[in-house]
Amino acid sequence: MAGSESQGRSVVVWVCEGTWRASVDAGLSVSPAGARFTLLHVTPAEVADAAHGAYLGLFGRGRGAGRDPGARLDNLAAASAGDLLARAADRLGRDCEKLEIHGHAERAVVAASAQADLLVMARDGDRSRLGPKSLGKAARFVVDHAACPVLLVWPEPAPDIGTIPPSPISDPS
Amino acid sequence: MGESIALLALVAVLAWAMIRPRGWPEAVVAVPAAVILIAAGAIGGSGAITEARQLGPVIGFLAAILVLAHLCDDDGLFQACGAWMARTGTSPRTATGARRLLAQVFVIASVTTAVLSLDATVVLLTPVVFATASRLEVRAKPQVYACTHLANSASLLLPVSNLTNLLAFAASGLAFPRFAALMALPWLAVIGTEYAVFTRFFAADLSVRPRPDPDRREKDTSLPVFTLAVLALTLAGFAGASAAGVNPAWAALAGAAVLAVRALARHRVAPVALIRAADLPFLLFVLGLGIVVKAVVSNGLGTAIAPLLPAGTSLPALLATAALAAALANVCNNLPAVLVLLPLAAPSGAGAVLAVLLGVNIGPNLSYTGSLATLLWRRILRQHGSAPDLGEFTRLGLLTVPAGLLVAVLALWVSLHGVGG
Repeated sequence: MAGSESQGRSVVVWVCEGTWRASVDAGLSVSPAGARFTLLHVTPAEVADAAHGAYLGLFGRGRGAGRDPGARLDNLAAASAGDLLARAADRLGRDCEKLEIHGHAERAVVAASAQADLLVMARDGDRSRLGPKSLGKAARFVVDHAACPVLLVWPEPAPDIGTIPPSPISDPS
Repeated sequence: MGESIALLALVAVLAWAMIRPRGWPEAVVAVPAAVILIAAGAIGGSGAITEARQLGPVIGFLAAILVLAHLCDDDGLFQACGAWMARTGTSPRTATGARRLLAQVFVIASVTTAVLSLDATVVLLTPVVFATASRLEVRAKPQVYACTHLANSASLLLPVSNLTNLLAFAASGLAFPRFAALMALPWLAVIGTEYAVFTRFFAADLSVRPRPDPDRREKDTSLPVFTLAVLALTLAGFAGASAAGVNPAWAALAGAAVLAVRALARHRVAPVALIRAADLPFLLFVLGLGIVVKAVVSNGLGTAIAPLLPAGTSLPALLATAALAAALANVCNNLPAVLVLLPLAAPSGAGAVLAVLLGVNIGPNLSYTGSLATLLWRRILRQHGSAPDLGEFTRLGLLTVPAGLLVAVLALWVSLHGVGG
């Protein structure tokens, strides 16, 4: 994925439920015409695992093909991820690689963007109270550990700077 | 001699049920184990018959509920729930948000678990909830975790909500409505605790607003009114049967029969599917396990555990009982745990039996599979080459289980004084 001038910059866009439109749009707006796009979606493994675990907890009922909700969730998740990536590619409107990963979101994103020239992602986390902890765990991890430049965008229009609370240090003038 | 044979048999039954070699039914070991214990004299023939007589109606009740849930699913009840959540979660007139969906999932999962048992929530509802979350472009993790947690902790309300409840219901001698009246407050208290923890624990995931594809129309899923009416009548039948001195299992059987006849007449379900839904190997497993546990308890385990179980129904005694039950449920599984503890708690009265239930139903949320033994086995097995990430699930369990147990026991204590034990 290493970017060279002849091939154009390589841009990885992290596609997440609910926030992918902003990431795709931002990726488009900052990338030159020849940029090579990779749309990346990570299905968190622990969701289907939890359903599978609950099924194992149903002691004595653990058989019968097609009954394990973990397997059903895996299938549903794969279909849903494929659908999301297809819609993201539509919105992008350029040639792109679609990458679908099953695992731990933050680590998968860092690994997949290691050789890229830019990673575009949307803020997650509780944005109603902005502060040191307003980035969610996954976004925080990627911002801290990404090996390439990161463009972090708001999923909705960014708030006006007038919403910043007044500084606790009084102005000396 | 009898003691060691019985213990050996129990270990073999539990190990087989956890490992399930080649996916063979659990009854394959449980039933022969029971027969061997009877033949070896570890449990008297009359003792085994008494246990089977006690378990028979419980197992029949369970079979009826399993069939009822299956038929509700066939008639599109859970699909309709999903469609309702997707529709109202995106209505322009209502406050949208993943939190709203979580609240809806809490309501539907709690009611489904209470009325149609935890099996229905785990097997039938969870995939629908996941699909709904995907459709709304909401992070699925809090919603799916809510289903797995509520399948356990919201299974307190009715005797039909959990097999453990059915067993305790038979042991407690409580009438159906009285059981529900005593457990209503603990049920609500635990659900409230779970909700409070979930909204904080998953604040980041829940801040993503649902963004359904505007081009995608929700399928028009009509509410299965007939099925809902039969369910409502079945619930009324539980209370009515109890008042008339009839086993409420008959109400479940009647409800299942009405839905089954209708589905068969409309060729919407094959008779084989109904028999499969009743899960005969599972019913045999429960019977075998019951007899094996009875042999173990009467051969020394009962006297070994009895001193640990406090007598009476004072608040500290209820707390200690629930904590012990939760611990035991986490070591092996809540089914053997409840079978061991019920005969010991029953002499202290219904309050103690219900405290055992709080422990064995809420406790399993502490570990990923509801049992450390299963968990360890899965870790050793390492299926698919990757072990599940247990950190987050365990942290969530540590936040919800002790708090849930505490508020539930307090609520039970209040109920016992308000409604009367």
